[in-house]
Amino acid sequence: MNLVDKQVIQNKMSKRLVKNQFMNKLFFSATAFGIVVLIVLLYRVLSEGIGHLDWGFLTNFASRFPEEAGIKAAIVGSLWLMAVTAPVSLLLGIGTAIYLEEYASRNKFTRFIQMNISNLAGVPSIVFGLLGLTVFVRLLEMGRSIMAGGLTMSLLILPIIVVSSQEAIRAIPKNQYEASFAMGATKWQTVRRVVLPAAIPGILTGGILALSRAIGETAPLLMIGALSFIAYLPENVWSGFTVLPIQIFNWTGRPQEEFHLVASTGIIVLLVILLFMNSIAVIIRNKFSKRF
Amino acid sequence: MNSAAKTNHVPVPNTTVKPNSGDSKSIYSIQNFSLWYGNDQALQDVQFDIPANNVTAIIGPSGCGKSTFIKALNRMVELVASVKMSGSISYNRKDIFSPKYKVEELRTNVGMVFQHPNPFPKSIYENVAYGPKIHGIKKKKVLDEIVEKSLKGAALWDEVKDRLQENAFGLSGGQQQRLCIARCLAIEPDVILMDEPTSALDPISTAKIEELVQKLKEDYSIVIVTHNMQQAARISDKTAFFLNGEVIEYSNTDELFSNPKDKRTEDYITGRFG
Amino acid sequence: MAVNVKDMMKKNKSNRLLLRFSEKAAPTIFLLCAIISVLTTIGITLTLLMETITFFNRVSFIDFITGTKWWPFGENPSFGILPLISGTLSITVIAMAVAIPIGLASAVYLSEFASPHIRKIVKPILEILAGIPTIVYGFFALTFVTPMLQNVIPSLPVFNALSPGIVVGVMIIPMIASLSEDAMSSVPNDMREGALAMGSTRLEVALKVVVPAALSGIIASFVLGISRAIGETMIVAVAAGATPKLSLDVTESIQTMTGYIVQVTLGDASYGSTTYYSIYAVGMTLFVFTLLMNLLSQYISRRFKEEY
Repeated sequence: MNLVDKQVIQNKMSKRLVKNQFMNKLFFSATAFGIVVLIVLLYRVLSEGIGHLDWGFLTNFASRFPEEAGIKAAIVGSLWLMAVTAPVSLLLGIGTAIYLEEYASRNKFTRFIQMNISNLAGVPSIVFGLLGLTVFVRLLEMGRSIMAGGLTMSLLILPIIVVSSQEAIRAIPKNQYEASFAMGATKWQTVRRVVLPAAIPGILTGGILALSRAIGETAPLLMIGALSFIAYLPENVWSGFTVLPIQIFNWTGRPQEEFHLVASTGIIVLLVILLFMNSIAVIIRNKFSKRF
Repeated sequence: MNSAAKTNHVPVPNTTVKPNSGDSKSIYSIQNFSLWYGNDQALQDVQFDIPANNVTAIIGPSGCGKSTFIKALNRMVELVASVKMSGSISYNRKDIFSPKYKVEELRTNVGMVFQHPNPFPKSIYENVAYGPKIHGIKKKKVLDEIVEKSLKGAALWDEVKDRLQENAFGLSGGQQQRLCIARCLAIEPDVILMDEPTSALDPISTAKIEELVQKLKEDYSIVIVTHNMQQAARISDKTAFFLNGEVIEYSNTDELFSNPKDKRTEDYITGRFG
Repeated sequence: MAVNVKDMMKKNKSNRLLLRFSEKAAPTIFLLCAIISVLTTIGITLTLLMETITFFNRVSFIDFITGTKWWPFGENPSFGILPLISGTLSITVIAMAVAIPIGLASAVYLSEFASPHIRKIVKPILEILAGIPTIVYGFFALTFVTPMLQNVIPSLPVFNALSPGIVVGVMIIPMIASLSEDAMSSVPNDMREGALAMGSTRLEVALKVVVPAALSGIIASFVLGISRAIGETMIVAVAAGATPKLSLDVTESIQTMTGYIVQVTLGDASYGSTTYYSIYAVGMTLFVFTLLMNLLSQYISRRFKEEY
């Protein structure tokens, strides 16, 4: 008695294999789609924008005339913004991660903070803009300043930094703690001299990626009221400012075709900066990976 | 060398702890000590004294509680959140679980070497200097001296003296373990606890460590957990045999191995189980 | 003996006030850092709530949630949010129609078909795609995707829902691909081997074993993607136009909730005007929508977590 008919299985086999091959190619095409889009996007931006990219573009202020328009104020503004965002977000983020990983007891309050952080990560950036506008610009009377923008950005990327720092700290093997405690070291000595030095590469990698997110972010700064047409450089953190993405947004919104080419040039500058930051993150990651 | 015999601690009479022998040379006295992880009992009524300037071996099959026991001696076991204990362990006649006794102070006096070498990802020099530094010794000249002395004490100096600034992870497993011993010696403990220190090492490195243990016992009291009975027989003066969280037999090593009093000890050392 | 370490350590112990202080202070300082994130949430909620209440003192709540006309400017303003919601919905639906099939297919390919070599090349590229600023995507939608679509649909206006919708989808592909792939990679290999050993093809293993086993993680990634699409701002602000319209015709100019907030910010709605407060009411609606999506995603991945 044959419950399984080998012949039927044989007949179906080739059909199944063909289907397998076909779907394999289809799935591959789907994966390739993303890559193709990336290539097209980069090609478009490069071919349109490279012609305008010269020293004058980097050192001129914005202008009504596309051929004279430059990005100096935006580059300097983005740097000023980072000067506020980087220290504030890193200090708060690392501090929170140390608290959650090293000091917090496993209770409801800790779970609440953890859940709060993952929810903050999902809040649209424009809502952070509303927060910044209301609290920093109006309530604390910081005005439309670099300080207000930098603090808003710090809160926006805080969840990313906390989560990546927590992962970096969690990756440290327990035996490192044991070694330190067994020498009579206290908790804080262990955190400061063993945990942090070992986790710092991972923390920095995550931190740089978070900061590169902040450099490319537009919406919250529009809300804060970053300017799009300024012909001076910020003097201190209380000055008004513009940043690269806002300058690009402004050029993109102009009806003249020429300004779209200028926007492309601006995008090249922005992407180069992002590429630079990401390379540093990758270098740190590769240099310090697999140490334990 | 500052030995256990002339320790800086003045023994404080403690009414709650009554050492069960008048032997002034015992460094640890364990009384009715039991320990649970959550609801699982890991140690039950452990009771014996550990003599100073001796090598005391703890043997027994896996899961018998020997690692838990040695980690209780410097309270490292408390890093497990769910742990509960009863009974007492006194070190130099002071109850180590007394709230007045700072755990950091205990661990400064009682060093520990772990199953797997666990150097820090720092230079060889910084690894050894870690202990003195956290205890407030900052002078470069003093640190240099301590590092040299400790590495010599751990029989590692000649191999690493030209590359003290290199990362400790570049050392072989055996060298790493001796570095961990050197790190431990740097704060001049009275006792060194060793939790299966050779189980991750090759035979040659193992022999070096065993030789080192023999040398160290002149100045330190050593407690060593091992699953290797030959090792216990080779290097220890006293041996305790643990089974299912209880001490089945504790006596001089020669005696325990040549003339075990308990049937279960005999079964274990003759290889009938474990 | 040259140095007596023990004595030196003892001596140091007496003047280690600073150490004892930092030992005590450290947990408190770090707790304060952690509290900042809670304060941020409270700040967002309070900000939105207070200003939204002011708004509803002037505009009826019922009109707001049931009104079909959004015309906040001029003499006779009307604040019915449904057109903005329909605009957001159009963008989200188009985006997910692009991102879900392509993202999931990429995840299946990377997890089940690709050689480690290909994976090593493709994953960083997807990371780059995820790291491109949204303003760049917006520019791409306006200056490349829209003209390209106009070749197919000649009547397509410069501002429309289709082009930014597609580009938002492209932006979300890497997120769905990487989260779904994570879920699939955590399916243990024994399950795959069991199926392969019975003569299953890779495709059958992927679709009948791995995808069902990783389903909760996959669906959670879709929901997170939806949340991202709802909250996406710059792409729609640049390419979707500013015409709030209660219609599902994707070839028309529309406005999303985020797009409206940007429009008001750029214009000169004076502080204290009803238009000014309306951005908080819209922001609140946006916040509630995305929060629900995020909570739903967390619930799905926790509630239906497969135990291997």
